[in-house]
Amino acid sequence: MQLTVWTYEGPPHVGAMRIATALEDVHYVLHAPQGDTYADLLFTMIERRDKRPPVTYTTFQARDLGGDTAELFKDAARDAVERFAPQAILVGASCTGELIQDDPAGLAKALGLSLPVIPLELPSYSKKENWGAAETLYQLVRGLAGPHVPKPGEERPARDPETRPKCNILGPTALGFRHRDDVIEVRKLLESLGIDVHVVAPMGATAAEIARVGEADFNVVLYPEIGRSTASWLKRMFGQPFTTVVPIGIGATREFIREVAEIAGVDPSAALAGEPSRLPWWSRSIDSTYLTNKRVFVFGDGTHAIAAARVAQEELGFQVVGLGSYSREMARELRAAAALYDVEPLITDDYLEVEEKIEELQPELVLGTQMERHIAKRLGVGCAVISAPVHVQDYPARYAPQMGWEGANVLFDTWVHPLVMGLEEHLLGMFREDFEFHDEAGASHLGHGAKGTTQTAAEAEEDSEPEAQAAPEETIETPAAPQPASAQSAGAPAWTDEAETELRKIPFFVRGKARRNTEKYAAQLGLTAITLETLYDAKAHFGK
Amino acid sequence: MSELALRDTTAAERGCAEPEVLKERGQREVFCGLTGIIWLHRKIQDAFFLIVGSRTCAHLMQSAAGVMIFAEPRFGTAIIEERDLAGMADANDELDRVVGRLLARRPDIKTLFLVGSCPSEVIKLDLSRAAQRLSRQHMPEVRVLNYTGSGIETTFTQGEDMCLASLVPEMPAEAADAAPSLLVVGALADVVEDQFARTFKALGIEHVSFLPPRRSAELPAVGPQTRMLLAQPFLCETARLLEERGAQRLEAPFPLGVEGTTEWLQAAAEAFGVDGQRLREVIAPAQRRAKVALEHYRERLGGKSIFFFPDSQLEVPIARFLARELGMTLVEVGSPYLHRQHLSRELELLPAGTQLSEGQHVDKQIDRCRAATPDLVVCGLGLANPFESEGMTTKWSIELVFTPIHGFDQAGDLAELFARPLLRKAKLEV
Repeated sequence: MQLTVWTYEGPPHVGAMRIATALEDVHYVLHAPQGDTYADLLFTMIERRDKRPPVTYTTFQARDLGGDTAELFKDAARDAVERFAPQAILVGASCTGELIQDDPAGLAKALGLSLPVIPLELPSYSKKENWGAAETLYQLVRGLAGPHVPKPGEERPARDPETRPKCNILGPTALGFRHRDDVIEVRKLLESLGIDVHVVAPMGATAAEIARVGEADFNVVLYPEIGRSTASWLKRMFGQPFTTVVPIGIGATREFIREVAEIAGVDPSAALAGEPSRLPWWSRSIDSTYLTNKRVFVFGDGTHAIAAARVAQEELGFQVVGLGSYSREMARELRAAAALYDVEPLITDDYLEVEEKIEELQPELVLGTQMERHIAKRLGVGCAVISAPVHVQDYPARYAPQMGWEGANVLFDTWVHPLVMGLEEHLLGMFREDFEFHDEAGASHLGHGAKGTTQTAAEAEEDSEPEAQAAPEETIETPAAPQPASAQSAGAPAWTDEAETELRKIPFFVRGKARRNTEKYAAQLGLTAITLETLYDAKAHFGK
Repeated sequence: MSELALRDTTAAERGCAEPEVLKERGQREVFCGLTGIIWLHRKIQDAFFLIVGSRTCAHLMQSAAGVMIFAEPRFGTAIIEERDLAGMADANDELDRVVGRLLARRPDIKTLFLVGSCPSEVIKLDLSRAAQRLSRQHMPEVRVLNYTGSGIETTFTQGEDMCLASLVPEMPAEAADAAPSLLVVGALADVVEDQFARTFKALGIEHVSFLPPRRSAELPAVGPQTRMLLAQPFLCETARLLEERGAQRLEAPFPLGVEGTTEWLQAAAEAFGVDGQRLREVIAPAQRRAKVALEHYRERLGGKSIFFFPDSQLEVPIARFLARELGMTLVEVGSPYLHRQHLSRELELLPAGTQLSEGQHVDKQIDRCRAATPDLVVCGLGLANPFESEGMTTKWSIELVFTPIHGFDQAGDLAELFARPLLRKAKLEV
C-alpha cells in the first residue's frame, strides 16, 4: 500500500477516457461502480468541454455482485451502441471492475456487434493514467489500422516526388496540458516545411481516419509518454519513421525542424530563417540580466520537465538546482537530463517527497505542476505551471502553446512574471526597512496575494512545528522559516542575535540561500556561533 | 433499511396516497460516499480520514475537492497495489505500516477513520477488524474507527451517514438521571450550528449537542432522554442506530427555508415544553429577516420551472422550499434514495402530483429533461456544462452541500444559489 495525499496521475482507465474523449466517434464502455462517474467532470469542468465524455459506465452496486454483473455489462454495451451509434467501441474495466473479473472483452465479443470492438486490459493496481492513455492509443491504432498493415516483404512504395510529404501527429489527447494549442503550433511548423498533416491522433480523429494512419510518410510524436509506443508499432508495421525531439523551447524547436526535414527529405533553411520567436532577444535584452542563475526547481511529466530544464538553463540563463518527474516511463531520459545540470534526478510520484526536496533546495522559482504550485505558494516562492495534472487555469481562453516559436514566447512570459523584477530587487535590497517597500509587501506586480513575510517569533515558532500543519491561506511561510534556537540540531552553529537581525535585512527571496550558505560556511570552519562577521565572510566566500 | 415496512407506516400515518415515484435503474451519474470526506474532514477538526482504496479513490478526492482545498488535507488514501492483492495478511500488515507512518506525521490526530472503498469491499478487506486492532495499538492517543464510503454501497451524502453511524457506538450513555437533551444530527456549517445553538438557548432548551462534534473527543451522550432532530435528510443509518440506543426522533421537515426551519424548531420546542408564544417571540426577528431576504429573489424565481437530477438527497426539502416559498414549478425531483419516513412531512408539503424519481438511468433522465426544457436544471458537475452548451441553465448540485443553507439566516442565500444562474443568463450579452 502506498500512502497518498495528492496524486500526479489518475488510474489507467482515466488515460483511456482521455483517448476516447479526444476522438470523434468512438465510445468507451467501462465496467465500473457508480462513483467512478466522477471522471466525467474532469472533462466537462476542468477542460470545459461542452459534451459529456463518450463513456458509458455500468455503475454496478453491491446488490448486483451476487447476481449477474456480466449481464449488466452486456446491456450497457448494447444500449451504448444503439444510443450513441459509434464507429468503434473500447471496452474495459476500472479498478473495481477488474476485481470482479467479468471479462468485458469476451462479453463484448459475445454480443456480435457489427462494429470494431477494442478490448483494453489496463491493470489498475500497477499502472497509471499516462500508461493507460498510451496503451489505449496503441490498442486502438493496432485494432483499426492493423488490417491495413502491408504483408511481410511488401515494400513501402516510394513517395511520389511531385506530392508534398505527409505525416501524422501522435499524442495530443483530451485533458492534456496545452495539447490544444501545441497541435496548432506544430501544424504551423510543418506547414513552414511544406509538409501536410494526414491524421492527428487521437485529438479530433474519427475511427476511419485512425484506420488510415499507415498512409502517412512518417509520424511526429508530440508527447512520448502517450505516443511513442504507437509510433514504434507503426514503424515496425508500416515502416514509418518517427520524430524524437519535442519542440519545446528555441533550441528544441530548431532541432525538431531539422529532424523533420531530414526524415521528410526537405530543406529546413526557410523554416529556420528570420526571427520567428521573441525569446532569444527578450532573454538577451539587458533588463533580463537579473534572471542570471536564478535557482529553479523543475518537476512535471517526463516530456515537460526535461524540456523545461533545458529552456530554463540554456535559454533564460537560470540555474537548474533540481529536476524530477513522476513519469517512471521516462526515468532514463530524465536521469540523462539531470546529469547535464549536475543535479540529482528525483523520480517519484510521492508529493510529500517533492515537497521535502523543494524545502531543502530553496529555489527562487519552481516550474512544476499544480501540486508544486501549492507547495511554492506555501513557501512564498514564485511558481509557473509547466505540466499536467491539470487545473481549470491550465485551459486559458487565449492561445498559449508550449511548443514551437510561439510556445517559446509563452514560456518566457509565464516563467519570468512570477519573479521579483530586476530594479525592484535592487530597491528591496537597498532600503530594507522602508515601511511600505519592505519584503512583506512582496513583488508589487503580483498583488496582495504574493506577499513575502517578516515573521514574528511566535509565527516562526508555529511554522516550524514538526507536522505540516493545515495552514490557512493568509499565512505564507518564509522560504527559510527561521528555526528557533531550541529546534537547532546539536552541534550546528548557532546564530547570534546580531547576525540573525542582519540576516532579516536580506530580501526574503535570497534570505534562504544566505542562511544556508552561512551555516555551511560556519560548519566547514567548525564555528559554534554565527556572528555578523561570519555572515559577511560567508557572503564573500560564496560570491553572489 | 426495511424500506417496505417504513413506507407502510408512513402511508398509514399520513392517510394519503403515495407520491408518484418513478423508480429507475441504469447508469447512475453520482458521486460515491467517499466525497463526504471533503466536508467531514474540515468539520471534525482532529480527525483524519484514511481511504483504503485505489488510485481512482485518490483521484476522485483530488478532482472533486482539489480546487477547494489549499492546506494539507486531513484525508489521504492508502492505495492498494498489486502485491496487496496477492494475500490478505500482507494487506493488513501494509495497512498497519501506513497508519503508523501517518500517525507519526500527524500527532494532532485523535480519531482516525479507515474508510472502505469499492476495491476494499470487493476484496473483503475487513476494516472493522483492522480498526479494532489498530485502536488497541494506538489508544488512548488515537481512536480508530471504520465505515464504508464505497460507491457500490453508498451514494454521495450516504458517506456522511455511514461516518456518523460509526460514531454512534462510541457515544457515551447518558446518566441514569439525565435530564432530557436535544441532539442535532448532521454536519452543519459552523456558523449555522452557532445560530441554532443560540436559538435553542433562547428557547430555554438547556442541553443541546451536535453530531458530529467539532472535536472528536467531545462526543455527546445518548440514551432514552435524548430527543434527536435531524438536520439532514440522508441520515438513515445514523438515526436507526441512535434510536436503538434509545433516542427519540422528532418528526419535522428539514430546516431549509422559513417554513422548514420554523417547523423544525417548533418540533424541538414542543418536545421540550416551550410554549408557542415564546417560540414565536424568539424566532420572529430571524423569520422576518428571512422573508425580507427571500423577497429579493421571488420575482426572478417565481413561475420558473426546475428539474432536479439525483445527487445529495437534499432534493426533496429544497424542492419543497423553492415551490412553496418562491413559487417555482417542479418538473421532476430526482433523488438517489427517498427515505419515506424521514421525508414524510416533506412529502406532505410538496405540491400535489409532483413527479419524483428515485435511482437513476441518466440517459433516459437527460432525454426527459431535454423534452421538458426547464428554466433551471440542478445537476452534477459532469452534466452541467453539456446542458449549458445546449442552451439550458444549470445549478451545480454540489454547491448545495458546500454552502451554509440551513436556518432562517441562510434562506436568502439558498434562494440566491438558484437565482444566480438565471441572473447570469439574463445579464450576459455574449
